[in-house]
Amino acid sequence: MTNLSDKSQELLNRIYEGETIISDGGTGTYLQKNGLEPGGCPEEFNVSHPEVIKKMAREYFEAGSDMVLTNSFGGSVFRQKHYGFEDSVFKFNKLAAQLAKSQAPEHGFVCGSLGPTGEFLRPLGLVSNQEMYDSFKNQALALEEGGADCVVIETMLDIDETSIALQAVRENTSMLAMATMTFDLGPRGFFTMMGVTPEDAAKKLEQSGAQVIGANCGNGIERMIEIASKMRNSTDKPMMINCNAGIPSLVSGEILYPETPEYMAEQFMKLKDVGVNIIGGCCGTSPEHIKALSNAINK
Amino acid sequence: MPITNQTLENELDNVANSQEKAHIRKLWDHADSLMQEISVNLIQGNNTQVDELTKQALENGFDANTILDQGLIAGMAIVGIKFRDNLIFVPEVLVAARAMKAGMVHIEPILSASGIEPIGKVIMGTVKGDLHDIGKNLCIMMLRGAGFTVIDLGVDTSSEEFIEAVEEHNAEILGMSALLTTTMPNMGKTISSFEEIEMRDLVKIMVGGAPLSQEFADEMGADGFGKDAISCVDLAKQFVEYEN
Repeated sequence: MTNLSDKSQELLNRIYEGETIISDGGTGTYLQKNGLEPGGCPEEFNVSHPEVIKKMAREYFEAGSDMVLTNSFGGSVFRQKHYGFEDSVFKFNKLAAQLAKSQAPEHGFVCGSLGPTGEFLRPLGLVSNQEMYDSFKNQALALEEGGADCVVIETMLDIDETSIALQAVRENTSMLAMATMTFDLGPRGFFTMMGVTPEDAAKKLEQSGAQVIGANCGNGIERMIEIASKMRNSTDKPMMINCNAGIPSLVSGEILYPETPEYMAEQFMKLKDVGVNIIGGCCGTSPEHIKALSNAINK
Repeated sequence: MPITNQTLENELDNVANSQEKAHIRKLWDHADSLMQEISVNLIQGNNTQVDELTKQALENGFDANTILDQGLIAGMAIVGIKFRDNLIFVPEVLVAARAMKAGMVHIEPILSASGIEPIGKVIMGTVKGDLHDIGKNLCIMMLRGAGFTVIDLGVDTSSEEFIEAVEEHNAEILGMSALLTTTMPNMGKTISSFEEIEMRDLVKIMVGGAPLSQEFADEMGADGFGKDAISCVDLAKQFVEYEN
């Protein structure tokens, strides 16, 4: 394990001093509004549309985000090979961090985003632990080289994959390692697709070295508050929640998310009461959502 | 013949709804103990045992259709219910699917050589930009089990590829899957493409995937929405009955 970088330590200190850190809103939905075709490769946008990526980071910082996530969610070699970009993985990730960093104010943080590989580990799938470790390590090194201050391993469904990612970040970089999983409400409660409960996730992520623990995406803020409470009861680590803007509906061929900035800002305050330290949006949330949240928190 | 296999009886206890339980129990009404054993091993994902037991059943003179219906499909019905009810999750389903495949390897050549007409042809694929296929694959397995011929176009399927496949195979049904809200609109786009070339009336279109709902399906103009693999098969059966 390496020591934390100064920026990572600064982030951790601010959390322990009791500050609520504001994260950013959706990336995928923002990019789609700005020219990304449904099904297009978001990470390639770092190369072909750097001005859009910079504008996104700028708008989130200006709206009040203390922390902006990089456009590198699907930047693993496993996902990029579907687009034929497996040789550009390092470049995409490094650029993602550089573009966000170029817009960050002095006390702003750039948080490298690491999403699931979309693969199953052996014996269920074809990928070995080492191959998955190498993929996350490569992404993390590129993000750090590009200027990322910390990392969030997000939208995770499988504990083993998340643990490997945490290990790859902590053994090879000096970035603060955060991990958030995505839960659905089923007939027997909240589970990830792989069967992990929020309570299990909190305990196991802590054991695997996550320095901040939480949940992201999901089906709207009300359910997220429940998930956050369950996790809070199972860990003392700082918590991060990035929540999407409700269950989307389809109107005239367009995906619409129902939760307005005002509604979310009001509800987000409940996350603070539950004891969540880093709060932000996910799919369907915009700079307007972050602005409303920032106003509510700084009142 | 009642269920004699205690493990199968225990598995049946996972079905909470008593009406559903009675319905499922009937699948083994005429099932030999060997068929019950195949079901249990499929449910538990023991692919080597399913492979060996299926071979053994064929050697013992059981009909391929009997093994399929009373062994493999009956077992899969429990897997589907346990998955729907959060008793098992994706890993267990994948392992059961692998066991089903191990049995189907022996059954499929016999069924296709027997010249029995399939009850319908289905084109299945995950839409453009979406690489998720677990749900779709589960549906395909259940559809095949129910007697449909399924042509699997895999993931990241464009409107053109769906249209070509429907034309080439003269399929009555098209099934589209999406896991991402960002790729879901591609379902609506594919349906529009069928309308544009005046092929929409030739095919029944069903859609499914985690972010979908009946409202979504209606809005995009699909003929049906399946919330899980079980309802996917029910829909496909309705479509072909309506046709005949």
